[in-house]
Amino acid sequence: MTASSTNSASVRVDAAVVRAIAAHAGEAGALLPILHDIQDTLGWLPPEVTPAVAHALNLSKAEVRGVISFYHDFRTAPPGRAVVKVCRAEACQARGSDALVAHAEAHLGVGMHHTRADGAVTLEPVYCLGNCALGPNVTVNGELAGRVSPARFDALVASVTKEGA
Amino acid sequence: MNTRIYVPADAAARSVGADVVAEAIVAEASRRGVAIELVRNGSRGMLWLETLVEVVTGAGRVAYGPVAPEDVASLFDAGFLTGGAHPLGHGVTEQLPWLAKQDRLVFARVGVIDPLSVADWQAHGGGRGLRKALGMAPAEIVAAITKSGLRGRGGAGFPTGIKWQTVLDTPGEQKFVVANADEGDSGTFSDRMLMEGDPLSFLEGMLICGLGVGADHGYIYLRSEYPDAERVLTAAIANARAAGLLGPNVLGSGKAFDVTLRRGAGAYVCGEETALLESLEGKRGEVRFRPPLPAVAGLFGKPTALNNVVTFGSVPAILADGPEAYAARGVGRSKGTLPFQLAGNLKQGGLVELPFGVSLSELVNEYGGGTASGRPLRAVQVGGPLGAFLPNDALVLPLDYEAFAAKGAIVGHGGIVVFDDTVNMAGMARYAMEFCAIESCGKCTPCRIGSTRGVEVIDRVRAGEDREKDTALLRELCDTMTHASLCALGGMTAWPVLSALDHFPEDFGSPGAAAEGN
Repeated sequence: MTASSTNSASVRVDAAVVRAIAAHAGEAGALLPILHDIQDTLGWLPPEVTPAVAHALNLSKAEVRGVISFYHDFRTAPPGRAVVKVCRAEACQARGSDALVAHAEAHLGVGMHHTRADGAVTLEPVYCLGNCALGPNVTVNGELAGRVSPARFDALVASVTKEGA
Repeated sequence: MNTRIYVPADAAARSVGADVVAEAIVAEASRRGVAIELVRNGSRGMLWLETLVEVVTGAGRVAYGPVAPEDVASLFDAGFLTGGAHPLGHGVTEQLPWLAKQDRLVFARVGVIDPLSVADWQAHGGGRGLRKALGMAPAEIVAAITKSGLRGRGGAGFPTGIKWQTVLDTPGEQKFVVANADEGDSGTFSDRMLMEGDPLSFLEGMLICGLGVGADHGYIYLRSEYPDAERVLTAAIANARAAGLLGPNVLGSGKAFDVTLRRGAGAYVCGEETALLESLEGKRGEVRFRPPLPAVAGLFGKPTALNNVVTFGSVPAILADGPEAYAARGVGRSKGTLPFQLAGNLKQGGLVELPFGVSLSELVNEYGGGTASGRPLRAVQVGGPLGAFLPNDALVLPLDYEAFAAKGAIVGHGGIVVFDDTVNMAGMARYAMEFCAIESCGKCTPCRIGSTRGVEVIDRVRAGEDREKDTALLRELCDTMTHASLCALGGMTAWPVLSALDHFPEDFGSPGAAAEGN
């Protein structure tokens, strides 16, 4: 990485942090909305977010770090270009999600909780998407798909797998 | 006049292609030069029929489903714009027995109206409860809720009127209303469907609560897994402000009430009310010690009326039609209706709102139509991940908080998950412990450590090295978690585990596995 690209990345992070903090100025208990805004912009929470947010909200870095690490949604590493989640909760298990998880891992070539080496896709479990009559359920980049058979799964992730091929 | 067509924008319908169906209908109408008006409604709750398309005809709304994009041309050919016969046709929607037999109070408008239209909402009776409440004293509003017998629909079943009375009676300049929209229990989706299908009635319930307890601000804590509900609520709140329902002068009454929508961040434990409050305050979602109760010292230390989405959704009808009409429904101390959610391995999954007292068998076999796989039903889990697994012979149970409690089970949020005979119940018991370990907030040791030890000991029981000793150890561990955990996550994980062990000992490798605890 060149010095200028490092600088532009950190400028981007700074801008996202400043914008998120300004958007929630004066709001009580705004740490989660601020972190969400930053992650919505950047896709994850780079390390330099913690001190910047801590300073702005007059919190300790440990407090901010503690909140980031508590919640499953907040990422401290960049995700793949696509994020695929498979529901593992009971109602989806009753409709075959265990087999779908195994299929997803084999088809995408990446294990649960991991990002494929080429950065194309991150595969994660999720615990209930509120579509429990039409499982098994999957989200691809946040878009919910129900009644996902292995064939439907392959179609849903076709763009992802093509990119990696 | 343009023919009006309804295509649900509910997340369940969208998950099986409703958006593409809607686009195909618009395209086909334009190709044929037919003028239509497309409305994106909520779901009627017959989820196995999604995408369920409805056409407004002289005879009423006529239903077609499940419609796939490739069916659209043939629907036009069959004259569906005037209710023409088609293999996917079901006749007049309201006359379908599955719907007609229900008693919809909370879900009266869901699937019927355009969720974002204040005018449509009012034309269908929306706002009647609020207008009544605006003419009542706070104590009268709370008294009506108490009289209705409404209990918290989030799972705990605590009397809502008593909670509101505590907030009303606690002195404080600033009080809050908080809606728990962190519907994390597997098998439940009634909060989501209400927020997407009739958000204004949900907001109306929060407003009435604010008037009753003396709070001028509400927070909605919505789980991040519900982006569709977030979009609908954001728009509904804006429309409610524009219509003068929310804001500094609610419907010209001089009273103020507004809401803030907050997104959770993927933590099941934040459905627990004190963890939720911590999260709203911008902290880790760790459970608080009680007392003080949130009603006394809740959000930012202020008196807080914290209820589930469906609890708020139940409030408008109580005010509009009187608490007596509500309390006349149900059985024993379980008054009113509950929107039951039929989920998992069922042929006809969906949402059924009925008074308490309906049997599990009627819901599972008659409404649900038996298993989707066609295989024998083996187990039913009611009330989410912390609810007991029930065997076939428990299907006679009436849905009633007390009747379930007497059997060591819970009604919870009314989610019903059905498993066929391919399920391994030792595997489900292990999953219950694993889920608790993943989602534990870490504050108390029985939950944080016990859940991990629970996974290990279940693995040892299944491996069968010293099954008798390990089964006894598992029961002892469950006992510790039940009695020494701070909240329901650690405190109730034993229910699915022990019910699996008691009712399905053969899955743990030994017919005698159950005898240990008897």
